[in-house]
Amino acid sequence: MKIRDLTELAARNLREAVLRNSLTTLGIAVGVASLVALLSLGVGLQQLVDHSVARAGLFDIVTVRPRQNIPFGQGRERRTTKDAEDQMPPRELDDAARKEIAALPNVLEVDPEVRFTGEARHDSNSQLVMVSGLAQSSQSSGFLDGMAGKFFSGPDAQEAIVQGDMAKRLLNAGQAPDSLIGQKITLRFAQRQTLPPLSQQAATDAPTDAVSPDEAAMGFSIVPSEKQFLVVGVTPTSEAGGGQVGFNNAGIYLPLDVAENLQVVDRSDLRNMSRSASSVGQRYGALNVLARSPEAVAQIESSIARMGFQAFSLIDVTRRLRTFFAIFDLFLAIFGSLALAVASLGIINTLVMAILERRREIGVLKALGAADRDVRHLFFAEAGVMGLVGGMIGVALGWGIGRAIQFGTTVYMKRQDMIAPNIWSVPWWLVLGAIGFAIFVSLASGIYPASRAAKLDPVEALRYE
Amino acid sequence: MPATRAAKQVSTNCVRALGLKHLRVILRNMTVPDNSGGSNGFAIRADRATRIYKMGGATIRAVNEISLDVGAGEFLALLGVSGSGKSTLLNLMAGLDRLTAGAIFAQGRDLATMSAEELASHRNHTIGIVFQSFQLLPRMTLEENVELPLRLAEVPRGERPDRVREALERVGLSARAKHRPMELSGGEQQRGAIARALVNRPMILLADEPTGNLDSKTGEEVMNLIAEIHRPPSGPGRTIIMVTHERALAERYADRIVTLSDGAIIREERLR
Repeated sequence: MKIRDLTELAARNLREAVLRNSLTTLGIAVGVASLVALLSLGVGLQQLVDHSVARAGLFDIVTVRPRQNIPFGQGRERRTTKDAEDQMPPRELDDAARKEIAALPNVLEVDPEVRFTGEARHDSNSQLVMVSGLAQSSQSSGFLDGMAGKFFSGPDAQEAIVQGDMAKRLLNAGQAPDSLIGQKITLRFAQRQTLPPLSQQAATDAPTDAVSPDEAAMGFSIVPSEKQFLVVGVTPTSEAGGGQVGFNNAGIYLPLDVAENLQVVDRSDLRNMSRSASSVGQRYGALNVLARSPEAVAQIESSIARMGFQAFSLIDVTRRLRTFFAIFDLFLAIFGSLALAVASLGIINTLVMAILERRREIGVLKALGAADRDVRHLFFAEAGVMGLVGGMIGVALGWGIGRAIQFGTTVYMKRQDMIAPNIWSVPWWLVLGAIGFAIFVSLASGIYPASRAAKLDPVEALRYE
Repeated sequence: MPATRAAKQVSTNCVRALGLKHLRVILRNMTVPDNSGGSNGFAIRADRATRIYKMGGATIRAVNEISLDVGAGEFLALLGVSGSGKSTLLNLMAGLDRLTAGAIFAQGRDLATMSAEELASHRNHTIGIVFQSFQLLPRMTLEENVELPLRLAEVPRGERPDRVREALERVGLSARAKHRPMELSGGEQQRGAIARALVNRPMILLADEPTGNLDSKTGEEVMNLIAEIHRPPSGPGRTIIMVTHERALAERYADRIVTLSDGAIIREERLR
């Protein structure tokens, strides 16, 4: 018999015992709904985490630092690329290295990591704050999602973006963080001033007490400095769900070039004192390498490690995160499938009852020329139709349950003055997979009744009253 | 080369290119009515056909070494009291039951050697069966009941309405096509069952007590219909094998009466 005929006959048979078949189909629907609702929450949570990490622009960034020569057993590196690292001795992270890294395939941008601690002042309020330089490319990375105001007007603009919590602390109590936009803040920091070489110092008439012997040895002196910046943007506060993410967290962000030109003293200055003078041009504490895509990160990381630097990315972390979510989703699917397993017993019961009721009909079908496989297929088709309809209703039901949970979460979060994250997602693969799984379970449940029906002796079946 | 063989040869060559899957279906649908029986003019031939049932410790020989030839186009009545084995013999001829020993040939093919699938095809194409209790499916309308063998034979959907209409017209039930069996009289139900048995144009009609559930007047109407199917005013007739316990009915319509008792033939009478 052709599939269309089988489906028509199956649908007709199902309509004839509409109450019993509807209840069985409802059982499947409830099973699928629990599966879809649980998995939609699992997928939603995974997407939420993925989005948070992606929002920080971290999937495509490799952080490069000079490799430390730590004796074996006294330190632990965050990422082990030892095989590659062993190929090259540690190197200075200088301009030459920066150019070399920039020339690697799939590298879009190499920016120095500028981070320092300073003191921010506004009116009578002052706060110790972490300041970070922000490259122009950050504008499109999603890092500043939800920010009030605008991005820097240019790479040299004397402007600042302030993190929401920091903005609150710099303002008087009761003022909204956004009200800082358009106002000026003062930043105090330790500035490095390069000294002339020792030979020239001796020849000048400069007072000798201005430069200490230590500073003279370092080649620079440290002086307190301050500068004013116009606040152009304020990021969301952590209470509003805009907490800091990524390893570029800071209280105040400045354009990268501006931050670099401040000549702030940082850890690398002290480290460089003990290093050889073989480096070329400026030396960096760290470089942020922007990859063309997250897929290229591993290869870039490996190339940089081979060059003699320490490279770190979040690829490993996210990989572990994905493994965790895969296991989490698997558990959710198992729990969701339990209801479907119970529903499958309902299908078996319904079909076995149908055999008893339709014994004579099976005999007539066989007398008219139905082969065993036709009868088997007919019962399979009935199970499959129940699975299909139950699957579709179940997906709709699961979608509704997920929506309701999302709605409840949103209402609760808003009452707490927090941004409600989307913790629910029903992707197409889940819709199709759930319906396919419902059909598969239904067909599997139909195996026993279908083969029992197919094996009926037609003579016996025709005699059945 | 006879026309039938030539037609089959052409069709075989054509479908080779289409693949084996379609071969069987196409050949099935192209079967040309062949009243010769394909075997020395016999529609059905039983050779020492035996059917033994085992019930508990007892062995029952329902059909005991029956040898019988039914000519193509013949109307044979199997007569006997209840339990004489006539219905069992009919079921064996229909391929609903399997022989314990011996052989039954239908249009030259040994039913004992056929697979379950081939027997199903035999019931669908070679024979039509009419039961005493009509056996129309109560959930379907009359036309849906008549369409069932066409569905099983995978006849194209476009052809089916005409075939169903033709079969219902032949039994005079065109006006009741949309009715369910419960809405029909006993005679109408049996005529509907005959239409269903004939819709695939089989050359052999097996009838098991076709008038057993009908009053005498309605029974006569049904028998007249069967007689007309046996010898239609135009076109080829069909082989009829009818099981009955009414001698009068058998004598009136059949060409030959075979009387069974305890699973064996005890008398043969040629009437025409």
